[in-house]
Amino acid sequence: MERTTWDLWVGAFVVAGVLALTILAFKVGNLGTYNASETYTLKTSFTNIGGLKATAGVRSAGVLIGRVTEIKLNPQRYEAEVTLSIDKRYLFPKDSLVSILTSGLLGEQYIGLKPGADDDMLKNGDAIKQSRSALVLEDLIGQVVANKAENAK
Amino acid sequence: MAAVRNLKKVGHRVIEAIWRIGFASRFLLLILLNSGPSFKRFRLVVKELYFTGVMSLIIILVAGLFVGIVLGLQGYEVLKSYGSESALGQLVALSLVRELGPVLAALLFAGRAGSAMTAEIGLMKASEQLAAMDMMAVSPVARVVAPRFWAGVISMPILATIFSAIGVFGGYLVGVVYIGVDEGSFWSQMQGAVDFQHDILNGMLKSFVFGIAVTVISLFEGFDAPPTAEGVSRATTRTVVESSLIILLLDVVLTAFMFRGN
Repeated sequence: MERTTWDLWVGAFVVAGVLALTILAFKVGNLGTYNASETYTLKTSFTNIGGLKATAGVRSAGVLIGRVTEIKLNPQRYEAEVTLSIDKRYLFPKDSLVSILTSGLLGEQYIGLKPGADDDMLKNGDAIKQSRSALVLEDLIGQVVANKAENAK
Repeated sequence: MAAVRNLKKVGHRVIEAIWRIGFASRFLLLILLNSGPSFKRFRLVVKELYFTGVMSLIIILVAGLFVGIVLGLQGYEVLKSYGSESALGQLVALSLVRELGPVLAALLFAGRAGSAMTAEIGLMKASEQLAAMDMMAVSPVARVVAPRFWAGVISMPILATIFSAIGVFGGYLVGVVYIGVDEGSFWSQMQGAVDFQHDILNGMLKSFVFGIAVTVISLFEGFDAPPTAEGVSRATTRTVVESSLIILLLDVVLTAFMFRGN
């Protein structure tokens, strides 16, 4: 097998393709931002999740520490059950508070995890008891209107 | 009487089209059955990769850069009115990776490499080179057609990926360097929105399917062309028209399956 200049060019072409895919995966895509290999799962429930989607981020103090893996409706209590997968490096006290927050005014929704003060830590499969639901703009406006009506009396 | 004659003509065209579809499917099967030699002698594929892939690189790079720049400019104008300029990165990346990268790269590929393949094979047929190979007990499908097929199928996803990457760079040039959108939010919003599996791999799957479609059409048109100068020129035109339509049609189908509002 003798080498030709074609081999060189085709090799460069393939390398350029692999390079482009790497850039797409790590710089454009989410493969570099969060490594999902070592995680543990936590469960929680909300009365209203607003526009939260699976694969939304979980942040504590603004740092991305995990993702929402599953959202389903509990048919007995009519609450949204949300499963989170959290990076193994980060442990949280049992009385931590989860809330659904919005990044910016029109940005996407994510889950905020505020640590409590308990000495016991949450383990794999545990449920977080304290949760605060998403802010739904219609409810908020409804409350404001109702308050106005009260005051006017 | 004229109505009957027109009806006859329409019927004839429909039957002709179905006939060609059947013939093209059989041709694809024939290529797959005769692919053994192109992998045993991979050198044949490498040579074709040079002509279809490497030679298309310039047009892909330039077109990708321009498309990214236009997306950056237009996207900024729209997003500005909602006060969310920081989502520019997300807009540019998602539209490139999901749609424009695979589709535009395939359209350019059909025009640049597909038409060349048709003309080459059509001329080989017209000058009776294929018949001569057959006489020497060399299968023209195995020796000429199959290496070109695999070169096209391999180079299409690579070209689409390069197109998307360079397009994102073009969007970055306009958005961050020229207009002055915040660099941090440009990349972080992009990374938050683009999922590797859902967006990037699905985009590559699209371009893979387009690659198969374009190369089969180009090779079939060349193989099926009447062995005259006019026949070859018509076949080349048909390659570009048919591949473009098939790319857009397949894109509708694939998009409906991949990104159905979830």
